[in-house]
Amino acid sequence: MSTEIGVWIAALLTLAIYSFLYKDNPFYKVAENIFVGVSAGYWAVILWFNYAWPNLFEPLIMRGSVIYLIPIIVGLMMFAPLIPRVSWLIRIPLTFTMGVAMALVILQRIQGEIFPQLQATFLPLSGVSPMQLISNLLIIFGVLSTLVYFYFSKAHRGVLGVFAKLGIWFMMVAFGASFGYTVMARISLLIGRVYFLLHNWLQLI
Amino acid sequence: MLLILLVFANQVELKAFDTPNDGGSSITLEWHPDTLFNSYVIFRSVDPEGNFEQICELSDRTTYFDTQVVGGEDYYYRVEARGRESAVSSYIVGPVRAFPQIFNTSRINIAVCIVVLFFAIIYYITRARRGQRLFIRKIPGITAVEEAIGRATEMGKPVLYVPGIMDIDEPETIASMSILGRVAEKTAEYGTPLYVPTSKAMVMSMAQQVVKEASIRVGRPDWFNIDNVRYLTDDQFGYVSAVDGIMVREKPATNFYLGKFYAESLILAETGFSTGAIQIAGTALPDQLPFFVAACDYTLLGEELYAASAYLSQEPVQLGSLKGQDVGKLIFVIVVILGVLDRLVGFDILYNLFNTAQQ
Repeated sequence: MSTEIGVWIAALLTLAIYSFLYKDNPFYKVAENIFVGVSAGYWAVILWFNYAWPNLFEPLIMRGSVIYLIPIIVGLMMFAPLIPRVSWLIRIPLTFTMGVAMALVILQRIQGEIFPQLQATFLPLSGVSPMQLISNLLIIFGVLSTLVYFYFSKAHRGVLGVFAKLGIWFMMVAFGASFGYTVMARISLLIGRVYFLLHNWLQLI
Repeated sequence: MLLILLVFANQVELKAFDTPNDGGSSITLEWHPDTLFNSYVIFRSVDPEGNFEQICELSDRTTYFDTQVVGGEDYYYRVEARGRESAVSSYIVGPVRAFPQIFNTSRINIAVCIVVLFFAIIYYITRARRGQRLFIRKIPGITAVEEAIGRATEMGKPVLYVPGIMDIDEPETIASMSILGRVAEKTAEYGTPLYVPTSKAMVMSMAQQVVKEASIRVGRPDWFNIDNVRYLTDDQFGYVSAVDGIMVREKPATNFYLGKFYAESLILAETGFSTGAIQIAGTALPDQLPFFVAACDYTLLGEELYAASAYLSQEPVQLGSLKGQDVGKLIFVIVVILGVLDRLVGFDILYNLFNTAQQ
């Protein structure tokens, strides 16, 4: 059995968290509160040292770049709800963040997702083996029918309905494959945790 | 030997120029390959008469992107080609300076796409604002929202709304906030408690605003309790353990999981399922959708999450935006068909047009 206090704490907290599988209990509550409290504190430190200090306060205080006062003022507006008379000021940082993010996301999605997906669907239907042809046709019809499913301007009836149904089937098959794949990954996480308990803590294996 | 060196001297034709379509942080060097040499050493200096420092040695390429330059400053280069028995150098090339380009011409295809979508959206927003009715098909998960809130009210239990674990710079979180407004209106109207635990401070601030304004809209400002919309932790699994705790202790009758989720999706949905709550989920991440489909009563698949807010609000801007995006999808369907035909006849025009690999 391990003699390291850190290993003991980790092992007991692991068991306390797993006890939730039976039902909610005081051990889980203790572990949950420690987890939430410690992680909130940890993230506060990370945000300060990795973001706020190097990107904002360091250039302002150490290099005297007064331009950084603007983001500080905008950031302070996040606290505006504490003063009811000026609580509306919080909308400025929120909408600014959303606006900038959306502008960046549009480009990112078109360049990184939509265009590569379109290009990957332009598959050859001649000069390929019969199996490859079937595979290519499945991908082309899969993409087209899934796009049809996400067309909201017409009711899914008639030919459109058939295509939309086909799209749902394609998605469900993809979800099934993804589900199985991820469950396997989760089991490997469980194995990792059990190994920690048996190897690092109990030293049985 | 000297003769050989003289013959090959200056035969390495070096070209150095500002890398096109970048932010002004790189200079491109190109030279012709020669089978006599097996490596090329690149030298750089800020003064044509000064010392040239070696910046790299390449054996398999005749192009190099020098990214260790300061934009706007002059640089001089030479390349030395080295073989087993000989070595020749290029002329000194320069001055060359890196500067940013305002337009990235390799992204014109994306610009065209954005402009087309922009005009389609503006067109439909204008139509919606003129009072024209824009049809949006029924989405089962959305129509169940009211029923789910009604169930919680009848049972005298709260509603739990989880807006995902990402910040407000994610489209899924923004869409989630929009739906939260509608959910908050309904819960305020019925006087049902609404819990919104968040994983990001800015999401908490935004959610508080959304819920507060919704309660005012339906004439129930007294219903709003700021403590019900709270921040837990930024940590993914710390957040999940706390939300699980809320589920088993407060026993909400209805759980909404709308936003961006990762590995926590199944943990949340399974815990909610075990408490017997009716669950409505929605996310645009294909990897997480299977878990919601398996464990929730209704799931908004991908873009249905974005459509939900337009459908629920019937607000002209959102409806017009959704219709505009539908135009985009229609265009993409046509493009896929044309692209396949294009490859079939061997032109590959569309294939090259949608190439983003070199951007």
